Amino acid sequence: MLVEQIMKTEVITCQPHETIESALQLLNKHRIRHIPIVNEDNQVIGIVSDRDVRDASPSIFQEKNETNELKNEIQSIMTSPVMTIHPLDFVEEIASIFYEREIACLPVTKANKLVGIVTEKDMLHTLIQLTGVHVQSSQIELNVINKPGILPEVTAVLGRRKVNITSVLIYPNQNDQRYKILVFRLQTMNPTPIIEDLIAEGYEVLWPNMPGTI
Amino acid sequence: MAKYAGNHLIDCSSKFVYSSDFASYCFYDSHPFNQLRVQLAYELLQESNMLHNKHLIEPRIATEEELQLVHDSKYIEAVKKAGKGQLTEEEGFPFGLGTEDTPMFDNMHEASSLLVGGTLTAVDAVMQGMASHALNLGGGLHHGFQRKASGFCIYNDGAVAIQYIRKHFNAKVLYIDTDAHHGDGVQWTFYDDPNVCTLSIHETGRYLFPGTGNVNERGIKQGYGYSFNIPIDAFTEDESFLHVYETSLREIIEYFRPDVIVSQNGADAHVYDPLTHLCSTMNIYEYIPQLAHELAHQYCDGKWIALGGGGYDIWRVVPRAWAQIWNIMSTGAPLTGSLPLEWLNKWQRKAPVTLPESWQDIHPLYEEIPRKEEITEKNELSLNKALQFIRIKSGFSS
Repeated sequence: MLVEQIMKTEVITCQPHETIESALQLLNKHRIRHIPIVNEDNQVIGIVSDRDVRDASPSIFQEKNETNELKNEIQSIMTSPVMTIHPLDFVEEIASIFYEREIACLPVTKANKLVGIVTEKDMLHTLIQLTGVHVQSSQIELNVINKPGILPEVTAVLGRRKVNITSVLIYPNQNDQRYKILVFRLQTMNPTPIIEDLIAEGYEVLWPNMPGTI
Repeated sequence: MAKYAGNHLIDCSSKFVYSSDFASYCFYDSHPFNQLRVQLAYELLQESNMLHNKHLIEPRIATEEELQLVHDSKYIEAVKKAGKGQLTEEEGFPFGLGTEDTPMFDNMHEASSLLVGGTLTAVDAVMQGMASHALNLGGGLHHGFQRKASGFCIYNDGAVAIQYIRKHFNAKVLYIDTDAHHGDGVQWTFYDDPNVCTLSIHETGRYLFPGTGNVNERGIKQGYGYSFNIPIDAFTEDESFLHVYETSLREIIEYFRPDVIVSQNGADAHVYDPLTHLCSTMNIYEYIPQLAHELAHQYCDGKWIALGGGGYDIWRVVPRAWAQIWNIMSTGAPLTGSLPLEWLNKWQRKAPVTLPESWQDIHPLYEEIPRKEEITEKNELSLNKALQFIRIKSGFSS
């Protein structure tokens, strides 16, 4: 999946000479946490987070409100240079940038101009979609030997029943490196026949496993 | 205010909607959704001398106009064509027709319209003052969507009935869904409607169909704060289930103050149910209708329409669970002791499992659940999260 498929294209921005106060108003009005600072050519020259603005604001314990902190230019507190990404970058790569750099927002630029923005929240939403939990489905988990060709063998069993697969996740079995866990979300309310088929074929079904009835 | 709880015998006027034609809603013989359940419950009540002709009403057939209160006309057309064998696999797919869950079958439109009509018949009986309560065990098909069949459901009778109540009687409706699956179709139909409050208690969607029903699904726009979801963990037992049910229902009804209750009484949270992973017993199927009954009298002048729903152990669980709804509805108390021999003799011959011989389960039905405490704690957290919103608003202390 590409950044251009998940980025927001309507970006709230500030010019460098605007006041911190106006940035604060934008943050509150749009309920956002980051504002890219752009010049007249729409090039990103800095970024400001809600925390930067708060740091620059007078303390709530300060009694007189005559301070002028918020009248300063936004460029006086912006972070620069800014890490940006391209619309054709892969979403997976962006996820590791968020993780490694401990940042929560990335402006997207094309030909050096701002075209969009991706936040950690957009990223999480994308991951939720990838797991398939937003679509009506049941989940089955299998523990399978980690060898080439196992996935088509399993999906062949699923394919015999007319059931649509909503999503497939594969991850290593942490207890035993020789195995992998396959997680399927299936568009059916009754996965029982499929589970029976899988068990009959010798697969280890981790879930659902029924409690022992007497 | 009068209390109707417990075992005080009271004779409420109640109606039982029944037709042997409910059985025409049949995907194929071995499909888990089997309307023989309704007949089994009906005959169990007759043999127990609880159901007489004066109680019975014939279901009517819902009109297309009524179906359109919830469903798209294009979807209805597709169902009609499917029932005549005129819908191809490709045409059926976008409507969820012809899948493993909801295959096409002959006259499926007529069969589905009868179930909806049954629920409308129950609504009319209650809203026109013919009875305080009415029961349609043929209904409760809560996975039906505006333009899609799913989860064994074609038309959503509960949703159509609630729209019908809104349109013709302008009453505020509390929908209570204790099926083990999330009541998604009804929830999404009224997601932005502040006059319809939905409460669904179900096994968490982490593994179980349909996967939705998270605590944070609270409604949108004016309907925000009128959808309640309490997902409970797999292997939840009676005590925790009932604590969640009683606490949530009492607080929500006090907050919402409905004019009428519509309950979906799916019976698939029982430990015997093959499709779900909850560990309830018959205890919950006695208390669920008892509390609904009590609160219907306390808040809604008695107005209560109860529906069937899921329930896939059709021999050992559903007949007893559903018959008890009627026992409580019509007398205020569940039956105890042995099941009638005539019923057992007739059906044991056909049942692939040994039928229970008494109304109550004989414990233990299952081995001890190792993580009981954690499960109970987790359910309590979900309950509190779901109710947080109204506790803040109405000053409830948690």
